[in-house]
Amino acid sequence: MAELKINNTAEKTRVPAVSPEQIKYANLLLYGSWLGILILAVTFILYVTGIMPSYIEPSQMQNYWGMRASDYLEVTKAPHGWGWLGMLGYGDFITLLGIAFLGILTIIGYLILLPAYLAKKDKIYTAIVIVEILILALAASGVLKAGGH
Amino acid sequence: MLDSIFDKTGLLFSSAATSPVAVNMAASVQAASGSPDTPWWVWPLLLFVVTFVMGIVAVLAGVGGGVLFVPIVGSFFPFHLNFVSGAGLVVALAGALAAGPGLLKANLANLRLALPVALIASAFSIVGAFLGLALPTHITQTALGITITLIALLFVFSKNSEYPAVGARDHLSRALGIEGSYYEASAGKTVDWTVWRTPQGLFMFIFIGTVAGMFGLGAGWANVPVLNLLMGTPLKIAVGSSKFLLSITDTSAAWVYMNQGAVLPIIAVPSVLGIMFGSLVGVRLLAGAKPKAVRYLVIVMLLFAGIRSLLKGLGIWG
Repeated sequence: MAELKINNTAEKTRVPAVSPEQIKYANLLLYGSWLGILILAVTFILYVTGIMPSYIEPSQMQNYWGMRASDYLEVTKAPHGWGWLGMLGYGDFITLLGIAFLGILTIIGYLILLPAYLAKKDKIYTAIVIVEILILALAASGVLKAGGH
Repeated sequence: MLDSIFDKTGLLFSSAATSPVAVNMAASVQAASGSPDTPWWVWPLLLFVVTFVMGIVAVLAGVGGGVLFVPIVGSFFPFHLNFVSGAGLVVALAGALAAGPGLLKANLANLRLALPVALIASAFSIVGAFLGLALPTHITQTALGITITLIALLFVFSKNSEYPAVGARDHLSRALGIEGSYYEASAGKTVDWTVWRTPQGLFMFIFIGTVAGMFGLGAGWANVPVLNLLMGTPLKIAVGSSKFLLSITDTSAAWVYMNQGAVLPIIAVPSVLGIMFGSLVGVRLLAGAKPKAVRYLVIVMLLFAGIRSLLKGLGIWG
């Protein structure tokens, strides 16, 4: 078993270069994450202050947040999947925009990585990136359904 | 109180007297009502305050906010575990996304290490998310209690290594080209690193992804020991890559929770904002803090929350 070596030669004291695609991904997260959090904060204020009408008033949520998610959907007839997109006139659904935005960032990040790995002819990582995009897209699509008890 | 909602939506309980399902649901509504006399705004405000403190403590103790959020909020707030897990994933996702840029630019989050690991973890976090949403609540609550108690013990006994010993590289790590280097500012040197035991490490992420999705826990508590102690990455790379890959693992599970109606803005948003603001304050306090004392506090909090969750799941305590 070999110890991990720490290079201490003079020429090795430089800061290692970061790949351009990694920098692009980092910049996407830098601006995207804070924008998403800002959207969350603003839309939440619109919701709880009553500036926007609510599908379920914040004051009524105490009646529902102790239920299973499946029961909550059944009782309130709230939409599942992407159905909330059709209800953006309500404060409680427009707030989901910020969460969805955060959820899409990683998919966009992988789409940034894909051309870089293709250009490098890095077949394994190209395949990993494509499969990951498919997995994330599948999760986001709402096609998969859960059972409930 | 409920009538106003029913009138507004025009959809609910029109046949409450005749439908057994609706009668059960009405009973569920009554049972689920936390404290009817408590003004509604107390809960999101309390959630913001608690998660703000959590954000400070998490930074000072060097743990992810998600691992504190789910057990504590799940045990002591009146929310169903489904919604707590959904919010926990959004909390962990927001934190991981915000931390990503600095880690990627400093090469502390390594894509060649994180991408294969994230692929497995994110796929299985979907499985975990469906398990968490489908299993009976008492089983999920009990399993959460056991998991949190084990995590607390892991924090007690796990001794991460700054530069772990690494044996001969395996075929998989060579094929994937998992290696890298980063500048260690404290030593003024560049550190080159590789990994070994890659198949075993990737195998572990099946469980980590499943647990992360099932309970909505950030999985840094498991990522770091596996990357560091099992696969041999330097501690800084393990921590940085773990945080980054959480942004991928939690994305897939968070989408499942959101699509199943398990992300309630009134729970998720104050939590995200509280943890984020708390983390910013925590970073400022870090220089003068005593990390060991805070870490012991976290361990005690986790043990308490874990045991509480276990007893709640078993129907012994609340």
